[in-house]
Amino acid sequence: MEILNLLVGGFAVAFEPLNLGLVIFGCTVGLFIGAMPGLGSVNGVAILLPMTFLVPPTSAVIFLAAIYYGAMYGGAISSIMLGIPGASTAVATTFDGRPLALKGHADKALIAAAVASFVGGTISVILFTAFAPPLAEVALAFGPPEGFALMIMAFATFVGLGGDDVAKTLFSICIGLALSAVGLDIISGEPRLIFFDLPGFFHGINFLVLAIGIYGIGEMLWTVEVSKGNVEMSKATVSVARLITALKEISKTWKTMLMGSFLGYFVGILPAAGATPGALMAYGIAKSTAKDPDSFGKGNIAGVVAPESANNAASTGSMLPMLTLGIPGSPTTAILLGGMVIWGLEPGPLLFINHTEFVWGLIASLYAANLFALLINIAFIPAFIMVLKMPFTILAPIIFSLCVVGGYVPTQDMHDVWLMLIFGIVGYLMRKLDYPLAPAVLAIVLGPIAEPAMRQSLIGSHGDVMIFFNRPIAGTIMVIAILLLLMPVFKMIRDRYKSKPGPGQPV
Amino acid sequence: MKKLGISILSLSVAAGIGLGSFVDATSAKAEWQPRKPIEFVIMAGKGGGADRLARFIQSLIEKNKFSPKPFIPINKGGGSGAEALTYLKSKAGDPHVVMATLNSLYTTPLRNPGIGVDIQTFTPITRMAEDTFQLWVNSETNIKTVEDYVAAVKKAGPQAWKMGGTGKGAEDSLVTAMLSKKFGIEMTYIPYKGGGTVAKELIGNQINSTVNNPSEQVGFWDAGRSRPLASFTPKGKLTGKFGQIPTFEELGYGDNMAYYMQRSVIAPADIPVEVQAFYEGVFEKVYKSAEWQKYMQDKGLIPGWLTGVELTRYFVAEREKHRELLKASGEIK
Repeated sequence: MEILNLLVGGFAVAFEPLNLGLVIFGCTVGLFIGAMPGLGSVNGVAILLPMTFLVPPTSAVIFLAAIYYGAMYGGAISSIMLGIPGASTAVATTFDGRPLALKGHADKALIAAAVASFVGGTISVILFTAFAPPLAEVALAFGPPEGFALMIMAFATFVGLGGDDVAKTLFSICIGLALSAVGLDIISGEPRLIFFDLPGFFHGINFLVLAIGIYGIGEMLWTVEVSKGNVEMSKATVSVARLITALKEISKTWKTMLMGSFLGYFVGILPAAGATPGALMAYGIAKSTAKDPDSFGKGNIAGVVAPESANNAASTGSMLPMLTLGIPGSPTTAILLGGMVIWGLEPGPLLFINHTEFVWGLIASLYAANLFALLINIAFIPAFIMVLKMPFTILAPIIFSLCVVGGYVPTQDMHDVWLMLIFGIVGYLMRKLDYPLAPAVLAIVLGPIAEPAMRQSLIGSHGDVMIFFNRPIAGTIMVIAILLLLMPVFKMIRDRYKSKPGPGQPV
Repeated sequence: MKKLGISILSLSVAAGIGLGSFVDATSAKAEWQPRKPIEFVIMAGKGGGADRLARFIQSLIEKNKFSPKPFIPINKGGGSGAEALTYLKSKAGDPHVVMATLNSLYTTPLRNPGIGVDIQTFTPITRMAEDTFQLWVNSETNIKTVEDYVAAVKKAGPQAWKMGGTGKGAEDSLVTAMLSKKFGIEMTYIPYKGGGTVAKELIGNQINSTVNNPSEQVGFWDAGRSRPLASFTPKGKLTGKFGQIPTFEELGYGDNMAYYMQRSVIAPADIPVEVQAFYEGVFEKVYKSAEWQKYMQDKGLIPGWLTGVELTRYFVAEREKHRELLKASGEIK
């Protein structure tokens, strides 16, 4: 009951006029920051950090958290509307959000994203409230072997099930892994795969460059070809009746939402993982557990719900290692951490004891931010739909400019813009040859997390691979991952068994 | 409510602009002023000692309006700082970039001659402080002294005892090599991307010991979850609560068990003298602020203001010292 009291106290803090105003304002700003490709919550929080010195520390953190939350909602908007991931966390939302928009269901996709984000946010705040200190211990129990096992499971969800051509999926993953190895070796610092000695490769290949290239540019080339210049963007409309039908359909995906929320939260609390892997894994699992995995990537509403519930849950989750361990779970929380230091709030196990009002005020305002982000988001949907009604001849140059800006902003290097254009063309060709692109994106996100984890584990075990199996948590995850990988084999056996009685039976 | 939020924004924007132009008007007399936000490159990953320090400095600059344009921190921690160094090299002549450095400024170019970085070409701005190192263990263990530690490492054997640290050949590994040599002990060294992760791994019992900087462990130490055994500093240099930790020298292990991490700021090559003077001015204000002085005391830093030619001379001397350390540990020939 003590926690409840603390939370009530927290709500009192969060609903002080100044703080509530900051929550609403932060959500609105965050929504637009998140919707701008290449901007994302990291930049939003960094740009607005100085402004927060004008208000008390608790209000400042509340404001930044609201931006963070708003941006998580906003990231989905450009993913769905334009097919360009607004932020790294929204890449997986593009997979099905964009096809839905093209089919004239942009409103449904946007509502699904908003509702799923709300559910993910709510569940994660509840988990945070109830289990923050014990979950911090879980994060501590996750060493390199556990981290690596988790990454293998993420890959397995993409390979194991879902009707895609397994060989082509593996090929796509390998391309992504090779690209993720470009840059400087994490352990020794030696340069690797620096093509043509271009200095731009030293910082590695930012995965947004790949994602914006293949989804933004590649998609546009595809549309131009398919339509042969006669593009009808979409028959997007929005009305109350459609809203209700959409909500009914979305409510059927509650299982996916729950899965995404819990998974996102747990991946989020692990230091170094963050919301992007969480969202991608949720998508993978939603697809592999669906009855109709083939419909994913072609506009399945569950493909929007899963990553959106997961990325919001993960963004709350990644506050946990920041507050209790002083380790940021995501780039954005790293900036929040910087702010906390100057406000005299030392992150660490004692923060929950020494700065109770701050911690619970933050948790309560996360909740308030979640609610307001939902309302603001839904209010803006008609405006977003208007964008889609623009003729393609106007929309295409806008998308193209946004892609270029989005490719440039993260590293501010023209090298990345050229690279993005090349990826766009390659992505288009891969699509023509029916190669799945999502696994390549997954690999470039997870590769840089998986590689050091594997190498640290093996240095610790002196090369003994059993380290991934003889630790309880790592072993369990590894076994699940391997089972998932073997799923296609099981399926084949089952199908053969099922079809056996077929020929013998009278039809 | 929404209106209130917007009016707060407009107020704060107005206040920001007002303050900014005030600084412009008073201090700018044909002096160089930045025209756009300044990139503040951090040579390490997020959450470690270097990162926290740089972000703290950035916050001080913002809060007190020491610069008319903001400093935007960017982490380039890849390859023990090689990513940051090659980046700074590519920015020669750019007046809107500065970099917070650590000792990988010396070690990384020595270990990777391939990246073609000569640190003498960079423009020195200032040394803010020297950070210190302590030997840490998890407080759940019975290890309370350096003797206990040496005995425990010997008992566990080199395969089982895991020392965590930052990248191979980086500061932590040099301190570890120093420790191994002194006591004739062998350990398995596991490199991580940042000191913050190393600190967390010690608390989670993923590794057995660390040589973290004070700022990385202070939160866990305060919570009673980690224990410092000894400080890699000469006696009497540290004050505050970190001054209470015995130094190896005080414990009778000689005066060669000291190692510092420089916390300096540098700029790319070929920038005008006025630009250099501008940044020196900004960081001098930071250095003299009460917040910075308190931070140095609380986080176990040794004050160390140094600029210009003297700073370059210090860099070169330190690089030669590190050349010897790296040779001794077999990292380079």
